[in-house]
Amino acid sequence: MTPADRSAPLHPRPVRVLETRAEMPGCTTLRVAPADPADAADPAGACGFAPGQFYMVYVFGLGEVPISVSGDAARPGELTFTVMAVGAVTRALCAVRPGQTLGLRGPFGTAWPVEALTGRDVIVMAGGLGLAPLRPAIYHLLRHRDRYGAVALLYGTRQPRSIVFAPDLTGWREAAAIDVAVTVDSGDRDWSGHVGVVTELLKGRRLDPARTAALLCGPEIMMRFSAYALRDRGVAAGAIHVSMERNMKCGVRMCGRCQYGPFFVCDDGPVFSFDRVEHLFGIREV
Amino acid sequence: MAAGRRRVFPTLRARLPWPDCTGPIPLAMDRTDMTQTGSTGVIDRDALQALFDAVIARGYVPVGPTVRDGALVLDELTGVADLPAGWTEDQEAGTYRLRRRDDAALFGFTTGPQAWKPYLFPPKTKLWAAEATRDGGWAIHNTPDDAPDDTRPFAFIGVRPCDLHAIQVQDRVFLDPRHPDPLYAGRRERALVIVVQCGQAAATCFCASMDTGPRAESGYDLALTEVLEGDAHTFVADAGSAVGRSLLAEVPHDEAGADHLAAAAACTQRARDQMGRRIDTAGLPDLLSAAYDSDRWDALGRRCLACGNCTMVCPTCFCSRVEDVTDLTGDHAERWRAWDSCYTLDFSYIHGGSVRRTIGARYRHWLVHKLSTWHDQFGTSGCVGCGRCITWCPVGIDLTAEVPLIRDRGSKA
Repeated sequence: MTPADRSAPLHPRPVRVLETRAEMPGCTTLRVAPADPADAADPAGACGFAPGQFYMVYVFGLGEVPISVSGDAARPGELTFTVMAVGAVTRALCAVRPGQTLGLRGPFGTAWPVEALTGRDVIVMAGGLGLAPLRPAIYHLLRHRDRYGAVALLYGTRQPRSIVFAPDLTGWREAAAIDVAVTVDSGDRDWSGHVGVVTELLKGRRLDPARTAALLCGPEIMMRFSAYALRDRGVAAGAIHVSMERNMKCGVRMCGRCQYGPFFVCDDGPVFSFDRVEHLFGIREV
Repeated sequence: MAAGRRRVFPTLRARLPWPDCTGPIPLAMDRTDMTQTGSTGVIDRDALQALFDAVIARGYVPVGPTVRDGALVLDELTGVADLPAGWTEDQEAGTYRLRRRDDAALFGFTTGPQAWKPYLFPPKTKLWAAEATRDGGWAIHNTPDDAPDDTRPFAFIGVRPCDLHAIQVQDRVFLDPRHPDPLYAGRRERALVIVVQCGQAAATCFCASMDTGPRAESGYDLALTEVLEGDAHTFVADAGSAVGRSLLAEVPHDEAGADHLAAAAACTQRARDQMGRRIDTAGLPDLLSAAYDSDRWDALGRRCLACGNCTMVCPTCFCSRVEDVTDLTGDHAERWRAWDSCYTLDFSYIHGGSVRRTIGARYRHWLVHKLSTWHDQFGTSGCVGCGRCITWCPVGIDLTAEVPLIRDRGSKA
């Protein structure tokens, strides 16, 4: 082992910011590509990932945060992250400029089981920025649209101006390849859409429980009520998938911080089928 | 809670690189080789310095117990003279005192506050350093000066069986073949392990019930049992590796007869008989993972100060945080890894707040992890029965007393 790779799993690789795009105040989408040509030429793909996986994103001198990939897995050689400014590192990430160098470690964690869902109806339920880790799965479903039955995106967010990926939502809705429904917790005078929590979008919706699988990402309380609502409609717990979030520092089951019951969210998750975590979902402060 | 009691995670288990076990842990780094002859002997107390000399001559830095600041601490030793001759310790929940012995035993105590963890998993380590580059980027560089890990080989002298098991438990954390920690791996690979079997038990010891002591059977280079009988003061030695055998060959010793081996066995039996505390481990992982709603956690939360002492003295606790720092120019950045404790609010902080806000939830996390979910993650208990968390808890919380209370409540429910 050479000195350079002595701590390789813990060493960020430099990436250059290609483009930034403000989704809303305090939320930015970044496209990055390897800064080192050797990384870019790596056929394994320095930027490979499966929908649902995350990277540890490093801002020089400031720190590192886990961010799920929000871009298209079929676009090799680059990665897209959507970041909400909630702390020192994410504030810095929201302020980066094209050309700046960030660091990446990963990809880490489990993925949305998109291949295994072939032939099924898929309900994608997102709460707030939970849409970001789901977007790569939606891209996959759209690219292989003929392999799936009915596909719906049920997206809930706080208010009309906190809707992310608006061009995507419009495009998906217009292409009519998937059923897109959006709700907000509180509308404004220009909002003519649905107001209420995301589970209300399930009400009255026809679904065949035996055929249906669901992908859920958002605040834990949103996933809890969504999973229970789906289960009440007859969808099996094993066909519901949730993406968990915990504090994490290493990504390789070593720092111990992301424990969730018996699991390390960084490696056993973040994507879990609901039957594996259902017994923990109703307990506070796990 | 029917779902809570179904505690089989086949997908998780299947991914573990380790077999599940309740007894001695199959080693990640086992040099044990019992097939050779010439692996036992009796070393007189006056010849023990020769063992230190042989260890030092091979380039090892001896590390072992010595008296400092009113406690038995582990430190670098120059020889037998540094060992705590004639000292023992009284331990109880929240109590630790050194006391003079009637004899001149060199290892007449059990465990001080430290385990060997600091020597394999240092409390604070620089993981890497990076420098801003002219093109506006930065690059990680790893000259020896930037990441000066201590590459000296340590000889651990006086490893207690519980602490040997603790090392083996941490091996499973840091030597996962999918992503071993290079710092731990290097230090572990270089280390020589000389066990001293226990001849007495502290009031806080419960290794016998955890099946981790008071006698180690494998996983060491050399194991000594200190035997004091009348005027005789000897060490019955058992070499567990080729290195251990050749070390033994360099130290003046007599052949170990049946009487010596019997005396050594009697010593560890004495320790076993003295052990006043125990944990009934039967069905314990399932019991605890179904006891998240026990009312004991609230009671514990009211007593626990969340000081983190138990996690610092625990020989298996492995959680860490990282700190990113820069110098004043902002052109030089470093990442440091430091021990952390699940008792801090910061430990579980995600945007919006900490996951485990109440102290009861933090104690629950620690205990359920230690005795239950550790099995799911690493195929072994995270507790080796050393009793340090009992001794060093400032309010004297005793997990051997808490487990039966949780168990009783479970059976009533």
